[in-house]
Amino acid sequence: MPTSKAAAMNGLSKPAHVALNTAFIIIGLICVLPVVLVLAVSLSDEQSIYSHGYQFIPTKFSLAAYRYLFHDFSVVARAYGVTIMVTVVGTILNVILTSLYAYPISRQDFPFKKAFTMFILITMLFNGGLVSFYLVYVSVLHVNNTVWALILPLVTNPFWVIVGRTFFKENIPGEVLESAAIDGAGELRIFLQLVLPLSLPVLATMALFSIFSYWNDWFNSLLFITDRKWFSLQYVMMKALLDFQFIQENLKLSSNVKQQVKIPSESIRMAMAMVGMGPIILAYPFFQRYFVSGLTVGAVKG
Amino acid sequence: MAEHVVSASRSGKKSRSSVHAFLRNVLKYKVLLLMLLPPVLVFIVNAYLPMVGLLIAFKDINYTDGIFTSPWVGFRNFEYLFTTTDAWRITRNTILYNLLFIFSGLVLSVGIAIALNEIKTRFFPKLYQTIMIMPNFLSMVIVAFVGYAFLSSDSGYINRSILEPLGIPGINWYTEPKYWPFILPFINIWKTVGMNSIIYLAAITSIHAEYYEAAVIDGAGKWKQIRHITLPLLTPVMVILTILAVGNIFRADFGLFYQTTMNSAALYPTTDVIDTYVYRALMNLGDIGMSSAASFYQSVVGFICIMGANWIVKKINSDNAMF
Repeated sequence: MPTSKAAAMNGLSKPAHVALNTAFIIIGLICVLPVVLVLAVSLSDEQSIYSHGYQFIPTKFSLAAYRYLFHDFSVVARAYGVTIMVTVVGTILNVILTSLYAYPISRQDFPFKKAFTMFILITMLFNGGLVSFYLVYVSVLHVNNTVWALILPLVTNPFWVIVGRTFFKENIPGEVLESAAIDGAGELRIFLQLVLPLSLPVLATMALFSIFSYWNDWFNSLLFITDRKWFSLQYVMMKALLDFQFIQENLKLSSNVKQQVKIPSESIRMAMAMVGMGPIILAYPFFQRYFVSGLTVGAVKG
Repeated sequence: MAEHVVSASRSGKKSRSSVHAFLRNVLKYKVLLLMLLPPVLVFIVNAYLPMVGLLIAFKDINYTDGIFTSPWVGFRNFEYLFTTTDAWRITRNTILYNLLFIFSGLVLSVGIAIALNEIKTRFFPKLYQTIMIMPNFLSMVIVAFVGYAFLSSDSGYINRSILEPLGIPGINWYTEPKYWPFILPFINIWKTVGMNSIIYLAAITSIHAEYYEAAVIDGAGKWKQIRHITLPLLTPVMVILTILAVGNIFRADFGLFYQTTMNSAALYPTTDVIDTYVYRALMNLGDIGMSSAASFYQSVVGFICIMGANWIVKKINSDNAMF
């Protein structure tokens, strides 16, 4: 198709194009500015917050909140450790379990594929609700106040099993599996050395979504964790927002410092939000293209 | 080992007839079955055991007797729940918010997707996408912080930097229920629309160019193309996603209703949904009877909605049904 024709067909008039771009810039600002406000407050001087409220451009710039937060970092550091560990272990298990389920039900010759597909579809349609889920964890498994309460609930997701199945089915032709089998490769070898390496795009997408869901999880801490040893980062942040006492109690400032200085309560909260959001929001732009391709995979009917 | 893949589809059909064939299949596919074992165990623990646990809605549960040995009480938990005004309030809130989210989200996502598709430079649409789906990856805790930065009555941006200069007295956002039917949909749209618009954008980009070429030859302008080609071809996707969302109308995003309202009791009249109610009855009030009845009610009615939605999708176009 000649380019001139394409331009005639697709081209918007110049003013329309400008208007559209302006609209998107405004939408983009609406998406970004709220987070910028949190950042700005975390960098504001406490006294200027009292006199002017939260502002996008701090009247007086100050790093006091971050200094306090890092002065004794133990609660936040511990929570970081818990969250990183849960995210790493959880995501590895998640990808392993999801592909272990998705591969067999993607095999056209597997006689039980319908039954196992049903088994997983049922979990998408019907569930036991919060109360019995809670009781299973607390009074049957007794995993409350253990790290498993943070890992187990997010370790499998039927949606990604279906996506994985579709990917295996469409991208790894039966003939490839057959020829590998003829060459004498066992099932496990076919899976590990043939199927998985060919499926890296979908495995990476799964892993990324898993990383986000573990990193952002606060609900399982809210339900199952009362021992501060296992507080996750999001949960610590949530407590910091809901009650400032929590920060004060946990910033183990030496007693004379406490007497002399007032902890900057407003900015320190927002600093905590920035510390919690930091790594994931910095990593996000690099992963963005995977999300888009992952979404497109997901949007294709499973 | 070699021939089993080749002869696979034939033996798959025969197996149904006899137990013998079934056992032979089990042996033949033992490796695949063993692979399935770990995830199946996890699904049993996370999904199937709680389904059995729904029975506690009919029990007077106590921790000493445990789930299975507590005494049966029939429908007493349900009578208790439905004689309060709570049941009506949480049901109404859940459904109305979901309807609001579904329709506002649909219109905006489709609009943004169509507009994004019209920008033909290479760089900018990618940039806009990146920015627009960013809120989707923030945790609800962060969203609550963002909300607080705007709505805090002492220092919040709206009270101090917008209302105050206008001479309007500040509003106590976290104790005034009447504003939340506007705030919550706004936050929900902020968080989800970018992501949803990408799904629609994917559908738009898969529309064949010939349709537009033909329309251009017939003299159709941009609006006509959108109205007579893009929208009609997008309708199936819109219908499916909407019906599926309606199927989930009894489920609310717990984080949105719990975190962004800072769980403020003064707001319950307009912000309490089934999920927050169940959580509170279970964790704060320790009322397992009431919360399990509400949980059961949500699961069963939710299931009926999903099956109904799937049934409707099947009627419209059987290819798009979930099963």
